[in-house]
Amino acid sequence: MALAASTSMQAPVERRPFDWPNALKEAGAVAFVMLGLTVLMVGIEVRDVPGGLALIGRYDDVAFASLFGFMGRIAIALLREQRPKPVVLICTPIALILLFILLSQDTLAFLAGIGLDFGSDFAKTMQAVKLALPFKSLVVMWIVLILIVGFAIGGLRGMAPPRAAPTAADRSADGTHVVRKPLAQRISIFLAPALILFAVAMPVLAMPFGQRWFPFLPTVDLQVMDIAVLVVTYVMLGWGLNIVVGLAGLLDLGYVAFYAVGAYSFALLATHPEVVAWSQAVFGSSFGFWICLPFAGLMAATAGVLLGFPVLRLRGDYLAIVTLGFGEMVRIILLNWYSLTKGPDGLGGIPRPSFFGYPFTASPPEGVTSFHDLFGLEFESIHRVIFLYYIILVMALVTNLFTLRIRKLPVGRAWEALREDEIACRSLGINPTNTKLTAFGIGAMFGGFAGAFFATRQSFISPESFTFIESAVILAIVVLGGMGSQVGVVLAAILLIGMPEIFRDLQQYRMLAFGAAMVLIMLWRPSGLLAHREPTIKLFGRRSARGAEEAA
Amino acid sequence: MQGSFEYFLDQLINGLTLGAIYGLIAIGYTMVYGIIGMINFAHGEIFMIGAFISLISFLLLGLVGVTWVPLAVLLVLVVAMVLTPLYGWALERVAYRPLRGSPRLAALITAIGMSIFLQNYVQLLQGARNKPIQPVIKGGVELIRSKVEGAPDYVVNLSYLQMLIVVLFGFFIVVFTIVITRTALGRQQRACEQDMGMAALLGVNVDRTISLTFVMGAALAAVASIIFLMRYGAIDFFIGFLAGIKAFTAAVLGGIGSIPGAMLGGLLIGLIEAFWSGYFTVEYKDVAAFSILILVLIFRPTGLLGKPDIEKV
Repeated sequence: MALAASTSMQAPVERRPFDWPNALKEAGAVAFVMLGLTVLMVGIEVRDVPGGLALIGRYDDVAFASLFGFMGRIAIALLREQRPKPVVLICTPIALILLFILLSQDTLAFLAGIGLDFGSDFAKTMQAVKLALPFKSLVVMWIVLILIVGFAIGGLRGMAPPRAAPTAADRSADGTHVVRKPLAQRISIFLAPALILFAVAMPVLAMPFGQRWFPFLPTVDLQVMDIAVLVVTYVMLGWGLNIVVGLAGLLDLGYVAFYAVGAYSFALLATHPEVVAWSQAVFGSSFGFWICLPFAGLMAATAGVLLGFPVLRLRGDYLAIVTLGFGEMVRIILLNWYSLTKGPDGLGGIPRPSFFGYPFTASPPEGVTSFHDLFGLEFESIHRVIFLYYIILVMALVTNLFTLRIRKLPVGRAWEALREDEIACRSLGINPTNTKLTAFGIGAMFGGFAGAFFATRQSFISPESFTFIESAVILAIVVLGGMGSQVGVVLAAILLIGMPEIFRDLQQYRMLAFGAAMVLIMLWRPSGLLAHREPTIKLFGRRSARGAEEAA
Repeated sequence: MQGSFEYFLDQLINGLTLGAIYGLIAIGYTMVYGIIGMINFAHGEIFMIGAFISLISFLLLGLVGVTWVPLAVLLVLVVAMVLTPLYGWALERVAYRPLRGSPRLAALITAIGMSIFLQNYVQLLQGARNKPIQPVIKGGVELIRSKVEGAPDYVVNLSYLQMLIVVLFGFFIVVFTIVITRTALGRQQRACEQDMGMAALLGVNVDRTISLTFVMGAALAAVASIIFLMRYGAIDFFIGFLAGIKAFTAAVLGGIGSIPGAMLGGLLIGLIEAFWSGYFTVEYKDVAAFSILILVLIFRPTGLLGKPDIEKV
């Protein structure tokens, strides 16, 4: 109780003593629930052995989970009663040690990469420690780690000094209310240009020109560029979906359908024998990436309009399930229309983009100059990846610019108005169906562009790549970023797509952490990382449309 | 054979058993939607966890030596209906309750996140491989035996398992309906559904009522999962996704928020799938189900039994 006394010195108000009996009672209840949750699912593993299924016990995990539930509930009670110090003191070291043990191999490799080598003996010891942890299922460890980190952060926040009162500068002219802009807008003004600059400069930083001349990226190579391409692809998809969900307020759970339509249109235009024969007869060559790209977008937009036309009358969640159904339908059709799409075998041999006619190959065919010959460089496969990166970066930025500009056109304003109040729009003479259709079609078009890029990047596509989980991820990026916030989409894409790629050691725990991260971020910031849902234009008030635009 | 009455009867029986599964899961969706207006995307995973709990209980009972089938099924029902709702309860407590009153999409994203989380949780704990189980209930009654020239007789069987499924479905639907319409809990739920704030003012413990809604939905999903396990004999960590989507489709088809609608929608989706697979192509049965959903929604935008949306300014 010495601790409570020391804290009460700072707070003039006499604090109630901590209610131990109640906390213990609740902790007991939680422990009991944990026992129920884990007793069969964690406690017994069903393993297939020759001749049937065998049951293997893991009772220590169950006991541990219950104990952890008990301690965790007490920690929460302490945090609630503003007694964060013991929680922080206990949780932070445990979290750090656990994290280090679980990630030991990766961490040591990373430290060795930047010049701090602990030697292989130490790595082996750590691996042994990891295996000697008292739990047979590492899943439990990861879940525990996530929760302990959560407690530690909660405790640290509890210990932080209370937020400073608004200063005079934050007050309005008459001094009555605070006009400080939301954090999101203050951040994003600086963040957007910085992110674009970084994105443009990134390949230069990552390129190994003989030697590593930018020392702060420890693994500058093909892998980093691949992750970057992936992240920017999702940024573009997020921006495309943001038109539908963020601007027009239509919940679309089947966005991946348009991604698929774009990818398959491109793949079929470029590789289907009849199309190739026809184009060679008429133009003397088969279609390349740049010619097919607009068609892929057009096809996806058409698909969007065709789907949207009958169903956009539906509201909210009815629309959600129909779009979800549409996404599944597209995937099932792709899977079963064997004569066109080759079903589960997928389409291969999709041409890769060339640098304005100069291909990225080590040994180009007769009479064709390849990229590295053109610039007199050594052949490096990273050249192609960097070129792909710039293609998707430009495509994504075009999407962004398009969104920012169209918000100022009547149709963009109509989208936002429709999102805010459909009935008011209708009474003002806006046709809701047509307006929604444009949003749906344009969003689908950008999805189609991204799909075409995906096809050319992978050079092979199959229905496997277009499952519901993709739609969910893209939607999660939009919502986690903060609906309608363009910078937020970038942050969320980096967080959700980039982080799991970096933590390769997690491997099978990646998706577990991914789901947990989705939940935790949402609980932490329910309206998104950079939440602001202000209309682009306001009837009253000085702020012009431009002011709000910069924030986005 | 396709044109005959016997074949039709076969598909009808298949469709009804499948529909019972969908209907039981769909009630969970529709109740949650009715009371807090969110799509509980993780409900399919609750069903999947229920299936694993039932599987483990069946195997445990086999180890212990409980081989008398009625007792085994009863015990598994009890275990699954006690343990699965704990997941439903924990889900609501951890992922949804803190977000009550936040933007609606936030809860949808946590629901999807929980769905991904639970799928991987089970995959990591129990392995990714398909888990087959020996048929628990064998045998049946021969309904019709018709002669086919130059081929074995075409027999329409009604297995004991199918009878049990119908009985289970009917029993739990009746119990559930009584709970909703006749008990204090049911009244509180309906009150919360109509006006949560007012219900709270009148002394209804809203948090508890919502928790119990999740518990009841999960209990029915557990029943569905036992039916699924006994009917199909194999489960893996991914069964929750498709079953969840189908059940959600069923709930929307029947009119989301309407409990009779969920049962009707579930049976309809089951029948559509069975007949489409029986008479057309198996591959496109999901497409057929979704297409019919879209068609119905075009003409009845709030589903078959849903209350029409009154637009207010």
